[in-house]
Amino acid sequence: MDFNQSADENLFDRARIIGKPHKRIDGALKVTGTAPYAYERNDVVENHLVGYPLGASIAKGRITRMDAAAARNAEGVAAVITALDIDELPRADSNVAKLFGGDLVEHYHQAIAVVVAETLEQARAATSLIEVEYEETPGEFDLDDAWKRLQDRDVINEVGDVDAAFERAEVSIDEIYHTASQSHAMMEPHASIADWCDGKHLTLWTSNQMIAWSKKALATTLELDEADIRLESPFVGGGFGGKLWLRADAVLAALGSRETGRPVKVALPRPFIFNNATHRSGTVQRLRIAANKDGRITAFDHSAISHTLPGGSGEDAVNQTRCFYAGENRRVAHHAIDMNLPEAADMRAPGEASGLAVLEIAMDEMAEKLGLDPVEFRILNDTQVNPEEPHKRYSDRHFVECLQKGSEAFGWRERNKVPGSRREGQWLIGQGVAGAYRGAITMDSGARVRLSQGKLVVETDMTDIGTGSYTIIAQTVAETMGVTMDEVEVRLGNSAYPVSSGSGGQFGAASSTAGVYAACLALQEEIGKRLSIESPRFENGRVVSGDQDLGLFEIEGEELVGEDTLHFGDFQDEIELGTFGAHFVEVAVNAYTGETRLRRMLSVCDAGRILNPITARSQVLGGMVMSIGAALSESLSIDTARGFFANHDLAGYEIAVHADIPEQEVIFLDTLDGASTPLKAKGVGELGICGGAAAVANAMYNATGIRLRDYPLTLDRMLDRLPAI
Amino acid sequence: MKAFSFERAIDAAQAAKRAFEMPGSKFIAGGTNLLDLMKHEIEVPPHLIDVTHIGLDEITATDDGGLRIGALVSNTALGADERIRRDYPVLSRALFAGASSQLRNKASTGGNLLQRTRCPYFFDPKMPCNKREPGAGCAALDEGADTRQLGVIGTSDHCIATHPSDMAVALRVLDAEVETIDPEGRTRRLTLDEFYLLPDDTPEVENALSPGEIITAVVLPAPVGGTQRYFKVRDRASYAFALVSVALIEQENGEGRVALGGVAPRPWRRDDADAELANGATAVMAKLLDGARPTPDNAYKLVLAERTLAALLAKE
Repeated sequence: MDFNQSADENLFDRARIIGKPHKRIDGALKVTGTAPYAYERNDVVENHLVGYPLGASIAKGRITRMDAAAARNAEGVAAVITALDIDELPRADSNVAKLFGGDLVEHYHQAIAVVVAETLEQARAATSLIEVEYEETPGEFDLDDAWKRLQDRDVINEVGDVDAAFERAEVSIDEIYHTASQSHAMMEPHASIADWCDGKHLTLWTSNQMIAWSKKALATTLELDEADIRLESPFVGGGFGGKLWLRADAVLAALGSRETGRPVKVALPRPFIFNNATHRSGTVQRLRIAANKDGRITAFDHSAISHTLPGGSGEDAVNQTRCFYAGENRRVAHHAIDMNLPEAADMRAPGEASGLAVLEIAMDEMAEKLGLDPVEFRILNDTQVNPEEPHKRYSDRHFVECLQKGSEAFGWRERNKVPGSRREGQWLIGQGVAGAYRGAITMDSGARVRLSQGKLVVETDMTDIGTGSYTIIAQTVAETMGVTMDEVEVRLGNSAYPVSSGSGGQFGAASSTAGVYAACLALQEEIGKRLSIESPRFENGRVVSGDQDLGLFEIEGEELVGEDTLHFGDFQDEIELGTFGAHFVEVAVNAYTGETRLRRMLSVCDAGRILNPITARSQVLGGMVMSIGAALSESLSIDTARGFFANHDLAGYEIAVHADIPEQEVIFLDTLDGASTPLKAKGVGELGICGGAAAVANAMYNATGIRLRDYPLTLDRMLDRLPAI
Repeated sequence: MKAFSFERAIDAAQAAKRAFEMPGSKFIAGGTNLLDLMKHEIEVPPHLIDVTHIGLDEITATDDGGLRIGALVSNTALGADERIRRDYPVLSRALFAGASSQLRNKASTGGNLLQRTRCPYFFDPKMPCNKREPGAGCAALDEGADTRQLGVIGTSDHCIATHPSDMAVALRVLDAEVETIDPEGRTRRLTLDEFYLLPDDTPEVENALSPGEIITAVVLPAPVGGTQRYFKVRDRASYAFALVSVALIEQENGEGRVALGGVAPRPWRRDDADAELANGATAVMAKLLDGARPTPDNAYKLVLAERTLAALLAKE
């Protein structure tokens, strides 16, 4: 099915199930511990072994010697494969860091051996018996050094005459900001069971967001035909972008299985999540904004750097600055600096999370300098077109309504306008606002729906990474086919199923439900053919056409199957599709210690039709929590002497905990975006994290009068500016 | 984790005797710290002696009006005990500022005292660490290291790790003593300053326990009254080690005691600093942090300690 123009009024506008709150259909499996996560799939393999990886202890250099004799002789050990035993495995296009093989070390905790043994304990113990010698070479690990050194940053795009605009600007700011490197820190580590016993056919039970991408990457890396690979990833215990790619767990499990002729399971140990897997790069950003005295922005100039291993793209923090606010003159530049740190790659709202964390502080600074309320200043600079290409209109943008509705619900008018002047005991109280923007990408998505033995079974390689895919896909089928939720069975995350959008870039919910809708229509056509009827209607479990009225599950004969892929047409390239929001935050900052605690947070979201208010709300809440972590505590500490993230566990890398999140509220605007999908939906999985950190920073400024521009906004950055004791 | 043998002790004297007979062995109670360390092979005991069945899980009155806290009393039970909450509130507050409820349910009083540092370089077996491997060097002392959480005073050229316990800071301000029994059956009592050793050039030796010697109790002197507070400063609201913590006992006449956590290899207290309490936080810290040797990344702790004490003294 081709989606070549905006959707007109359709069945989803009369929905009984789509858009309504439905509890997760997989919830019971999860809370009873029976959802089959990859590492626990002891039901699908017999006689498996356990692999444990050894990580490099240097950041850059070569391995000159490895002696695994003692490990091979250790109790329970079936095999040891070292990096020197095999050539470097070919790198898939989607991988930047090498996954295994050869003497080159590109980053700390790069996998350089795997020990396969009868038990986890035996495998883990034997890894420490492997002797490794290196020839270390100096690496580069300091982004600030690179920033100072860098003269010619790549210009992505320039519109108008930015330099002239700043020269004649009536009001302007020019500041430097930092965001920290961050880890996905998902609850379930990367984990796989591989069965490659015959060295030809590989079955992988894994935890991955993108089945088709990973199958392709596996084929390249292990030099296999895609046809000989099967991947299953029906449940994913959090991904946040960290599981978009093939990672070392799958490769090591496969190699171990081929070597031993038995299935092998490998989970990355927690420290590997920080230094072996991917992370979000830190950034250094310079942001200049110019405006007329009336508050209208005349120019943006945003440049940023981030780090990456050679060949990667880092964290592009300037992208949203191209289109979020009005202004005739604009220039953005991003430079990804080669550094010998682990692979920087996508993490929830890649680019925007770091870029809006800065842009939305700068907007607050600008509003203050102009003497405008920060909400009013944003409303004044709203745009309904892409300011770089004004012929491109936003298909459906209600950012202003987000700000207005949020102001009202939050009580913004009662905000204390003089920074540092509201005090309750030892606590300084402040409120802040920030805008949220994230693109609404769509990706072609396929599915298959079977009419089978009293139920409809939908199959797609779409994944549910905790987002609610199972539920919204069931809703889509129930709505389209006129049946109840109980009559739908959803099967996901299997490479035997049609290729979907997968989960990433907040495109999964909108794209995959559109693909499922297309498959339902294909099934409806098959049913029409079987029954020799034209334009049947599907309602209340019945197929109705003219005089005919038959129960859907009473159709006789062979199983009927509908399969299709929804292709998103080029018309979407000529419009701007986005999701929008506004965050309102109240914080308390201890006047003595500088500890900052969230008191409440409200986010108002404009993301088209909300397919399921319960699961969508959870997505936004999770994004908001992550933005609080990013604002106040999350930071991978780079040891610039040795080139690695030193705080590589969940005690040292501080994500927000329950006590940090006292009160959150989400409001969804009642909007529809027919240009996005037939369901008129857009994603919300990343919108919640966009801008939230800046709302905290702005609230802290309002509380203390101290402007912090470096994340995380920890107390040591402001102790010298807090009220005297 | 290396394979290990395991036995269950029946009483403290036997546990001490067995530990002496099995060099390198470790006692295990809650295991909340030891098991993590064993998984990382930071601790590789060939033998574990389970002490969870040796009794010592009660809090009893002493003849001089204090309390004897059995070494196996859990952190939860201790913090919730009515006598502790009434007469030694600083201890209850410190306990509940630490870890999480799951960990506090498992963690014992003796084990809490013996927990190891959270220095990231101690926790990464690939990094040089004099505490983990004497003579290996200290990665934390290299320029560019991550030292934001590490110690500012009482440290040495060989180690700048801190002791992570909240409970111990409160015990120090209460003048608690550690009671032990050794493999010969001899018992003794040590103040916390006697119990915890500073690193100097032997950071691997963290306390005065002799081989096999086991903690049997912590003894609190008779209640000293006053207003007792514990202020733990951290980046997130829970489940984090202290950047700085302050235990304070303040009497109505302005006198009192102050101990710091998060800044040193042991709970940090000085009599001459206590004597300055009536003169305010700045005067106290001038004495208490005299001789501090912070890194550029953790010098903030000196300011923070002073401001945290000021917050407690401000009574607002």
